[in-house]
Amino acid sequence: MKTRKITPYLLVAPYIIHFAVFVAFPVIFSIVLTFHKWNIISPMKFTGFDNYIRLFNDTLFLKSIMNTFVFLIIHIPLQIFVALILAEILNQKIFMRGFFRAAFFLPVVVSGVVVTMLWQQMFAFDTGLLNRILTTVGLDKVGWLVDPNVAMSSIAVMATWKNVGLYVILFLVGLQTVPPHYYEAADLEGANRFQKFFNITLPMIKPTMFMVIILSTIGGFSLFIEPYIMTGGGPLNSTISAVLYIYKQGFFYYHMGYASTLGLFFALIILLVIVIQKKFIEREK
Amino acid sequence: MKRLVFYLGLLFAALSFIYPFIWMISASLAPESEIGSLVLFPNTFTLDSYTQMFSKIPIGRALFNSILVSTIVTFGVLVFGSMVGYALSKLEFKGRELIFYIIIFTMTLPFQITLIPQYILMVKFGWVDTYIALIAPYLMNALAIIMFRQYFKSIPTDLLDAARIDGCGELRILFTILWPNALPAIVTIGILTFMASWNEVLWPLIVIRDESLMTMPQLVTLFAVGGRADAQLGVKLASAILLALPIMIAYLFFQKYFIQSMASTGLKE
Repeated sequence: MKTRKITPYLLVAPYIIHFAVFVAFPVIFSIVLTFHKWNIISPMKFTGFDNYIRLFNDTLFLKSIMNTFVFLIIHIPLQIFVALILAEILNQKIFMRGFFRAAFFLPVVVSGVVVTMLWQQMFAFDTGLLNRILTTVGLDKVGWLVDPNVAMSSIAVMATWKNVGLYVILFLVGLQTVPPHYYEAADLEGANRFQKFFNITLPMIKPTMFMVIILSTIGGFSLFIEPYIMTGGGPLNSTISAVLYIYKQGFFYYHMGYASTLGLFFALIILLVIVIQKKFIEREK
Repeated sequence: MKRLVFYLGLLFAALSFIYPFIWMISASLAPESEIGSLVLFPNTFTLDSYTQMFSKIPIGRALFNSILVSTIVTFGVLVFGSMVGYALSKLEFKGRELIFYIIIFTMTLPFQITLIPQYILMVKFGWVDTYIALIAPYLMNALAIIMFRQYFKSIPTDLLDAARIDGCGELRILFTILWPNALPAIVTIGILTFMASWNEVLWPLIVIRDESLMTMPQLVTLFAVGGRADAQLGVKLASAILLALPIMIAYLFFQKYFIQSMASTGLKE
């Protein structure tokens, strides 16, 4: 059955126009911008590689990238660990399974703004719930958001709390692809719970594991609103994330050329990390 | 006994996910002087925090803005996404592969690269402080197109050919035959898009400065970090609750669909 030749093009035309305006042009223009100094109002000034030189000497930007990696290094393993345990539990026949699943998933649907405001109170030094529990059991208070060595970890814990429900669900889907007779065979061999987990479950859910790692890496690299609300990047710039820094350069100081350079550079780092992860995954497969 | 410990542990875990929300609601209803105490039920309930919030920020207007923006974005993503998904899955034309690769490229492109130039576009178009700035960049979504394409592939082509013999146009085929047969995909993409749009906060912070055009997450964020709440915790929490409530109510009723939709985000490669 033939349709009119032009019809498919009409159907995809809106997408192509949208792509040209909001993706293709910005990508090209962002590269042009990296060679210029511009605050939008006055005319653009060509500055050659100045922005790049400045970038490599910008210790705060390099710190913000390091901070983002610190966040990822705490957040991803923690998230996988907690999500796997909860998914393993929910995969058994337990009482009120639906309720538990719904509870773990609740923070996923709620805005990060709300979650951040909530945890800001939980983390509060004198009045927060966490420090109250600590002092009740006779321990010292922790400067969750005021100690530069702790603040990023606190944010990583909060992000885990917010997102883990999603990964529980993804792992649950993965766990259900494991054929039950694998476990039955292992039972006959007298395998214990840990042996079954490491020899059957873990290899079988590898695809889910990789997906979870890549999804949470991309999510982690866009860390912004949590430090924006909670700490403003402090204390001592210990929680300033790369996106927060780019935001400040672009929309606080109006350094369009420089912010664009930072964005491009950071995007390349993200792509590099994802490519390395994918390479690793393909080898493992 | 072992069972009991297991359930107590699990219950504790579940509570740690729910308790903060309950505390937030209760704190927003308590008089400011009682909030510090972390007790779940204050001695006296008061709507003070809410009335103060309403007098301080145009939260009603922000609610309207958020609903308007998210609804239009969702509608646009469904209509345009299904159009492209349909062309890619059911129609043959030159350049089809190329468009598919463009979509994949868009999906892997980190947003950090387009953030600044997109803002400059908004300035040059004169769209800063307009609804269009909040809507236009989001009207297309690569993931939605891929999901529609996947789903439409599973619908038999015979169904479409029969309609074509009856003289149906392609758009009519898409909306009267494919759409009713693709409800699960529409629900999934609809929920994902609406939630993403509703919770988006970085972009509004960039393109909207006029308070009457702010979306809810943006207004609540600025209220929380700015000085206008006069450090009154209850008032801040009240605004956070108003932001969380619509999605939480929807989640309560359509929990199954929410979870299914979010689980399918994992289907992308």
